[in-house]
Amino acid sequence: MGLPDILFYVFAALTLLCGVLVIANPFSRSPVTSAMFLVLTIISMAGLFVLLHAFFLAAVQILVYAGAVMVLFLFVIMLLDLKAEEHRRVKKFALIAGMISVGAVVTIFVRSILAARPEVHLPAAEGEPAVLGKLLFTHYLLPFEVVSVLLLVAMIGVILLSKKETK
Amino acid sequence: MHVGLEHYLIVSALLFCLGLLGVVLRRNLLVIYMSLELMLNAANLALVSFSWFNNNLNGQILVFFIITVAAAEVSVGLALIVALYRKRQTAHVEDLTTMKL
Repeated sequence: MGLPDILFYVFAALTLLCGVLVIANPFSRSPVTSAMFLVLTIISMAGLFVLLHAFFLAAVQILVYAGAVMVLFLFVIMLLDLKAEEHRRVKKFALIAGMISVGAVVTIFVRSILAARPEVHLPAAEGEPAVLGKLLFTHYLLPFEVVSVLLLVAMIGVILLSKKETK
Repeated sequence: MHVGLEHYLIVSALLFCLGLLGVVLRRNLLVIYMSLELMLNAANLALVSFSWFNNNLNGQILVFFIITVAAAEVSVGLALIVALYRKRQTAHVEDLTTMKL
């Protein structure tokens, strides 16, 4: 077992542990802790991306997700001030039903993955910025431009939605 | 044991199911939204591992687009939550039952 394999197990365990703590933290039910553990999940997932040689995506993951998106989340959490909402309990029936159904989904996923034995080629595709950029600006030029328009639309939509209504 | 495609796919599936569990169980709109992000990230992990083990960069390009669209989606969704909170003073799904018959 080489170093990359050990690192895979470390990062995978960290990702799953922090993912559990995002949705069910025994110590605190405040959304701020959930957001912080989501940041940890995303960073350890960037580690997994590095193990898969997707260096550019790992950097983008940390910059965009752990940076921009989570700052947005924290801003909104602090803006809304949800302290009064922390003490509601989950209904027992909902908990059990949810566990059973999600457990069934887990079983389906894992069994189908293990049964499929996916075909694997010799890995050689390095996700370096230069290679990805070349592909992005030649083969995927139209989707790239469309995505930029989408970002503009999202920006205008957010400004419209969050503007105070004046009468 | 040598780490292969299956290992990454199982991590991705478990992460997706964690997100699903959060969406089903939690009642706070913001935490539900974070669980949705978790599910998107799980899909990204699956795509990147397919990309690496099949010697094909198209998966990584798709992840790039998914990250962009997710950022746009988060901004719009959070603006909707803020607008909702302004009108109803709550971010709790049990209080938002106007459309229930």
